[in-house]
Amino acid sequence: MSTISAATDLGARSPGDDRRPVIVFDDVAIGFEDKPVLDGVSFELTRGETKILFGVAGVGKSTLLKLVLGLEKPDRGHIWVLGQDVTALREQDLFELRRKIGMVFQESALFDSLTVQENVGYRLYEEGLEEGEIRRRAQEALRFVELGHTLDMFPAELSGGMRRRVAIARAIITQPEVLLYDSPTGGLDPITSTRIIELVVKQRDFYKTSALLVTHRLQDGFTMATHSFDPQKNEMRPLAENPRADVNTTFVLLREGKVIFNGTAEEMGASQDEYIKEYIA
Amino acid sequence: MELISPIQFAKRSVLTVQDYSLLAGRSVHNLFTHPRYLADTLQQADIIGVGSLPIVVLTGFFTGAVLALQTSATLQRFGSISLTGQVVALSMVRELGPVLTGLMVAGRNSSGMASELGSMKVTEQIDAMRSLGTDPTKKLVTPRVMATVFMLFILTIISDLVGLMGGHFVSFALLGLDTSQYWNTAWQSLVWQDVTMGLVKPLIFGFIISTVGCYYGLSTTGGTQGVGRSTTQSVVAASVLILVLDFFVTRFLMVALGVH
Repeated sequence: MSTISAATDLGARSPGDDRRPVIVFDDVAIGFEDKPVLDGVSFELTRGETKILFGVAGVGKSTLLKLVLGLEKPDRGHIWVLGQDVTALREQDLFELRRKIGMVFQESALFDSLTVQENVGYRLYEEGLEEGEIRRRAQEALRFVELGHTLDMFPAELSGGMRRRVAIARAIITQPEVLLYDSPTGGLDPITSTRIIELVVKQRDFYKTSALLVTHRLQDGFTMATHSFDPQKNEMRPLAENPRADVNTTFVLLREGKVIFNGTAEEMGASQDEYIKEYIA
Repeated sequence: MELISPIQFAKRSVLTVQDYSLLAGRSVHNLFTHPRYLADTLQQADIIGVGSLPIVVLTGFFTGAVLALQTSATLQRFGSISLTGQVVALSMVRELGPVLTGLMVAGRNSSGMASELGSMKVTEQIDAMRSLGTDPTKKLVTPRVMATVFMLFILTIISDLVGLMGGHFVSFALLGLDTSQYWNTAWQSLVWQDVTMGLVKPLIFGFIISTVGCYYGLSTTGGTQGVGRSTTQSVVAASVLILVLDFFVTRFLMVALGVH
């Protein structure tokens, strides 16, 4: 695990540099009602990388994603997203930045009074695109999550897994530069969970979008780190079958508001730390 | 019930006033910045205005009717029953029309706004909207404020008219007064200061109803129980504020317009 100096890091690299991190957490702390949630969190997400955040319930994983979007403000530290310090931006200035980020919420957070098309094409309606163009692009995004037939349905008519897939379609329709997934498999049955993870892997391997994924389910992270999407078979396959695939997926483990591990799946598996060993047992 | 110290209570109260003031200010500021959600404003105008019409008409009619019934007994003692139209007109236009319409709309729409926005808040739809790059105060609050202010103005005029008709019904059918006498005294008693006073109030009450409803909705916490709490609080706060502000606005307008 490395401690980073975000300011130096950002200053040393030009804006067009692909190695420039898309998200940088530098000594971030936040608490609610005098109870610390995150305390001195530092890590970075590079372009094209998928970072999976593990931790037990209540450790601050979802809060961390909200910090990235500026939905919450930290008590201490800085967060750079796509080169901008979100901790220094006003709410009005954050809206522009948020349009470059896609977020899949824990309970989908679909607008229940809007149809699936209106939900998925929400950003496009806001941009004032024509109805026909919005329908075409919403259809395209929904086909990606294999829900092309649900355009005119309402969220209440969909199952939990389908709602989660619609939320993914809504997040990816504008092909954002960063994707944030907040427990995308939370509360779903194992088969549906695998299907959701397969879609996340498909998105990762098709578009190489930088992503932060929060989960407390180890199997989700390890599946993502050990599988790639096979477009011919239209399913994810183990890396052993395609060793040339670059999954670029790393893990971060949070404990009591601090990052106690930041590395690859192999490094996590080989860790001698008692807590990590117990966590992955 | 959780007990809190007086200092904590004072801090929370100041914070509430501060947050409410910021939201109210932003709802007005949004009128001068893009984007503007005209379709949402029209939809809200339909929900608030057309949706509230039946209760406003019923309330207005029977208020005017009972006003005529009550005042006629007193006026008869002084031999001035012919002034019933004047009493009903002044009471309805200056006071009862705006206040009762405001209270009806507060009960129906402030609660509706608090529960709708509160549900969106607890299901993370507000956060989703923010994450999609939309300012909820522009998309949700300003259209509701605009629609309520405009529609309450219209509803108050309707309430005043229907109240006068209710007064006329009682005067004609039960008191045996002449129709033209009722309408003449009602019409001639009203001066522009009365009408101005009666039409300034709904603009203020409409702003209070909508901003209070939106404030409680957007500050909802604690799941479905929290939504219920916000709904109740919004109606209570909006109703109390209407009655309290009515006194101060009336006093201010009486001085400003030179009404006695």
